Amino acid sequence: MRLKIALKTLTLLLFFTNFISFAQEHHAEGENTTDKRTEIKEYIQHHLQDSYDFGLFSYETEAGEQKHVGFPLPVILWDSGLKVFSSSKFHHGEEVAEVDGNFYKVHHGKIYKVDGPEGEIVLDEEHHAANDKPLDFSITKNVFTVIIVGLLILLLFSSMAKSYKKSSMPTGAGRFLEPIVLYVRDEIAIPNIGKKHYKRYMSYLLTIFFFIWIINLLGLTPLGVNVTNNIAVTFALALLTYLITTFTANKNYWGHIFWMPGVPWPMKIILAPIELLGTFIKPFSLLIRLYANITAGHIVLMSIIGLMFIFKNWIGSSLSFGLAFVLSLLELLVAALQAYIFTMLSALYFGSAVEEHHDDH
Amino acid sequence: MEIPEIVGAGLIVIGAGLGIGRIGGQAMEAIARQPEASGKIQTAMLIAAALIEGIGFAALFAA
Repeated sequence: MRLKIALKTLTLLLFFTNFISFAQEHHAEGENTTDKRTEIKEYIQHHLQDSYDFGLFSYETEAGEQKHVGFPLPVILWDSGLKVFSSSKFHHGEEVAEVDGNFYKVHHGKIYKVDGPEGEIVLDEEHHAANDKPLDFSITKNVFTVIIVGLLILLLFSSMAKSYKKSSMPTGAGRFLEPIVLYVRDEIAIPNIGKKHYKRYMSYLLTIFFFIWIINLLGLTPLGVNVTNNIAVTFALALLTYLITTFTANKNYWGHIFWMPGVPWPMKIILAPIELLGTFIKPFSLLIRLYANITAGHIVLMSIIGLMFIFKNWIGSSLSFGLAFVLSLLELLVAALQAYIFTMLSALYFGSAVEEHHDDH
Repeated sequence: MEIPEIVGAGLIVIGAGLGIGRIGGQAMEAIARQPEASGKIQTAMLIAAALIEGIGFAALFAA
């Protein structure tokens, strides 16, 4: 019981310390406004990027030394042989890491090979790094978070499923989650896919709904994780929707794409490439929507918090604090709404893939 | 004379805002006329708004 209360308090604290932990980052004083502006810009840029270590926050000591709080994650490289080492060797991207006689350096969030312990990144005319890039399979911050959320969902729902074997009354987390599961079934799956086929897709729809929702909510905590504003993650999610639509589609679906019934034959030839293109655009719009919404939300929220350090007076600060608070609440809504839209549109595409033939064209 | 990209971004936001605003307004009207159909109207409204938003974001990235 006590553990439960402690857990609940911890979760609440996670959400409410959002501002505080961010505020600590810019506590260095005595600089002019333009410097602050570039610093805030750089901080937001840095926040939007994936990183090789799980940094919670960093601060400057009295002696002007940069202290980082967090923990390192494993770096896995394939560079004529498997290389596994801890990301602490990079010293937060400031130093060159040496592994088995090879030297690696982090440049703009990517690992490059350099010549020696004093090696530098060589830039070409367009300011891109010209160094060799090893194949990178590292457990980065985003990968780590995805694994954690996956385990969390597995734990939560397998225990929930077990509890239904004893009685049909939900217990524990099930009391909160059961209505949401029923909502996904009754309001998203059945109306869009139809009573006959919806069961095949329920597991995927539920997984994707809770995965996106939980990961979006985690992005609002001061842990500083933001997985859904990595375009590769949303790409993978949209790819799954595309593959499921394509491989479960029936004859009728392909008929509507390549030989649209009910239109004159010259139109059929014109429509076929358009419809085929449409099958790719649908999942593409899914990935862009999720990615752009979450990225835009993070940028706006962080810019408004950053305004405090530009105003530096109590009126401006309290204004931006209030605005940031309201925006955080809006982001809570957006986190759920994006999960809903993604699931909803996926269900819509699945529905069009399994739609039975009807004669009212 | 070259038109800065930010102008394009502004135009996109105006367009998407008008579109979503119209959807929201019409949905309100529809719900006022037929309150019992509000669930269906809301779903359709969200889908349409999401589609417009998708196009808006795609254009914003291009700008």
